[in-house]
Amino acid sequence: MANRSVQISAWALSGGIVVLVLGTALALAVQAKGIGLHPADWAALRFTLIQAALSTLLSVLLAMPVARALARCTFWGKRALIVLMGAPFLLPVIVAVLGLLSLYGRNGIFNHTLQALGLPTVTIYGLHGVVLAHVFFNLPLATRMLLNGWHAIPAERFRLAQTLGLPSTFRHVELPMLATVLPGIALSIFLVCLTSFVVALTLGGGPAATTLELAIYQALRFDFDPGHAALLAAMQFAICAVAVSMTARFTLTEGLGLGLDRASVGHKAHWVDVPVLGLVSLFLILPLVAVIIDGTPALLHLPALVWQAALRSAVMALVAAGLSVTAALILVQAKVAGAPLVEGAAMLPLATSGLVLGTGLFVLTRGFVRPEAMALPVTVMVNALMALPFVFRLLLPQARDLHRNYDLLAQTLGLCGWARMRWLTLPRLARPLGLGAGLAAALSMGDLGVVALFAGQDQATLPLVVQRLSGAYRMDQAAAAALVLVLCSFALFALCDIGGRRAAP
Amino acid sequence: MLHLDHLRLTQDGFSVTADWSLAAGSRLALLGPSGAGKSTLLMGLAGFTAPSGGRVLWQGRDFAALPPAQRPVSILFQDQNLFPHLTLAQNLGLAIHPRLRLSAGDLAWVDAVLERLGLAGYGPRKPATLSGGQLGRAALGRVLLQARPILLLDEPFAALGPALKADLLGLVNDLAAEAGTTVVLVTHDPLDARRFADVVGLVHDGIADAPVATEAIFANPPPALRAYLG
Repeated sequence: MANRSVQISAWALSGGIVVLVLGTALALAVQAKGIGLHPADWAALRFTLIQAALSTLLSVLLAMPVARALARCTFWGKRALIVLMGAPFLLPVIVAVLGLLSLYGRNGIFNHTLQALGLPTVTIYGLHGVVLAHVFFNLPLATRMLLNGWHAIPAERFRLAQTLGLPSTFRHVELPMLATVLPGIALSIFLVCLTSFVVALTLGGGPAATTLELAIYQALRFDFDPGHAALLAAMQFAICAVAVSMTARFTLTEGLGLGLDRASVGHKAHWVDVPVLGLVSLFLILPLVAVIIDGTPALLHLPALVWQAALRSAVMALVAAGLSVTAALILVQAKVAGAPLVEGAAMLPLATSGLVLGTGLFVLTRGFVRPEAMALPVTVMVNALMALPFVFRLLLPQARDLHRNYDLLAQTLGLCGWARMRWLTLPRLARPLGLGAGLAAALSMGDLGVVALFAGQDQATLPLVVQRLSGAYRMDQAAAAALVLVLCSFALFALCDIGGRRAAP
Repeated sequence: MLHLDHLRLTQDGFSVTADWSLAAGSRLALLGPSGAGKSTLLMGLAGFTAPSGGRVLWQGRDFAALPPAQRPVSILFQDQNLFPHLTLAQNLGLAIHPRLRLSAGDLAWVDAVLERLGLAGYGPRKPATLSGGQLGRAALGRVLLQARPILLLDEPFAALGPALKADLLGLVNDLAAEAGTTVVLVTHDPLDARRFADVVGLVHDGIADAPVATEAIFANPPPALRAYLG
């Protein structure tokens, strides 16, 4: 007996998402030129899968000791370290890449050190560079997800194992937890690495290190071959769809049992934890420090177009965040009121990527609309859509509580429509709404995907400006613009998040 | 008169049936073991589940198709009777006007009700700053302002302890008598029924029996009540 208007808008919205995601995929399949794949396409497919698999494996393997150390140690600054682990999720990819280039590039500290020690230098371009960047982004993500797994083990279970005198708590308590959570974590990271475009654009390239996404971009932007781009995009969609459908199966098995207290995990810190946490902190902090050091000198001498792009990007990010949060709020309310299939619609964008959507829209509207005219609106819409699954997941638990605790009371009072939104839903969900808006805004601010396909010279967003500056080897300006970008992303996130907290009762 | 005419309510595959009427102004206690269908019946009267058969009438008018807020019914839940993020005055104001557009007269009415319940000056406070007994009284204020002829109580004040619960039930008694409200109380405690109700309806195995005078039913308990009392 939920609100009719919510139900109807949820259905319309779900229908829109399905049409957009599957419609573009269908258009791509129809437009795909022939079935013949060039050897280069096979190479791109192979490289996409290999880099994603390697990045996932390394991220998860390295995250295990880090998460375990975090779970069993208490030290000054632990909260800050856990917050830092969340930062890469908000960090624009192009900024992180510049930071990594500054450290591990030809003139970076890393190679200087190798030279000083008389060792051969390494290049960051190619497979290992792509994997390095992906580990930088996904190691913290995996750590936080694993840490949740460790925290979800009830302390009683550790005590039980001790009472029973079990020789290894790892085998009987922690291993079963890992077996439950690892497949889901690995699959979500694999998915992130499959669809990562900027890393391949900047650190990959060439016949040996081109991903499908990069190949789509090159087919559209340089070869002007929409049929070929459509074929590649259809392949990319198929792979992601398979990965997403597998993820859905795993995340269903998450319940691990609730403990009465979840503060302490029942075993002591180990000396290994110190170097583990120290190294991972350095690995995460140094690229950020590099961006700050490289970017500061030119900060006040940036050309006006950087500031214009920053303003354009910020406005687009706020619009995308507003759209994403509104859509998520409508869908989540319908979901908790028992509407079927709504969650599937909210998760569907995971099966595609910004570049695939963009290529599909390009193919569909070719001949009607100039690509430059679509660049900014399509970017906003795609960014809103790509953030939707995350925002939906953020809202879901508290929306569920709200429904369970207060739906009957609201019904008795006749609280419905806008009054229910104003007096019940918005105040109760202010926190996750603010957090979700911040996340969507930061993701959108830093996104460099679909806009790279379409944008003309005078429509550049800030990430695109950074990429163009670094492509033109104006590294000091690129670094300064990157610093502006990361400050904007974090500021937008903080603005929304704090706004949500303030508005919360 | 509240008339349950061959009423059948179904929730999660479980059904409860009732076919009887209750005089206006009565105080009925629905008594029975948990899982017998007391709450299903109450939720059906409040309008959260639609009947799968029969009618339910107040003063001759069938209200089975009306949404909860339009029924001649108000309800006190076991808990969650107030929104924690709103002040007491706002919570009570919602009972007058769901959009909270309150006139000076409405606000005066809210204040008068708070005073009647011994909560004078508590209007600007949030529920979290109140004691359990005060929360119970504030929730009563909400149903007072809704001013419906039938009041449903779902195991009310159960978390408060015997003395406080008796106090609050006494208050419900007084308020219902003043307004001539018909009260239906769900409880599993025979003591509540004896102290509060003038008629008792046994609910057992998916059947809600017709109400019987409280003294009579306890003086000569039918087999179902005897089995329940043990």
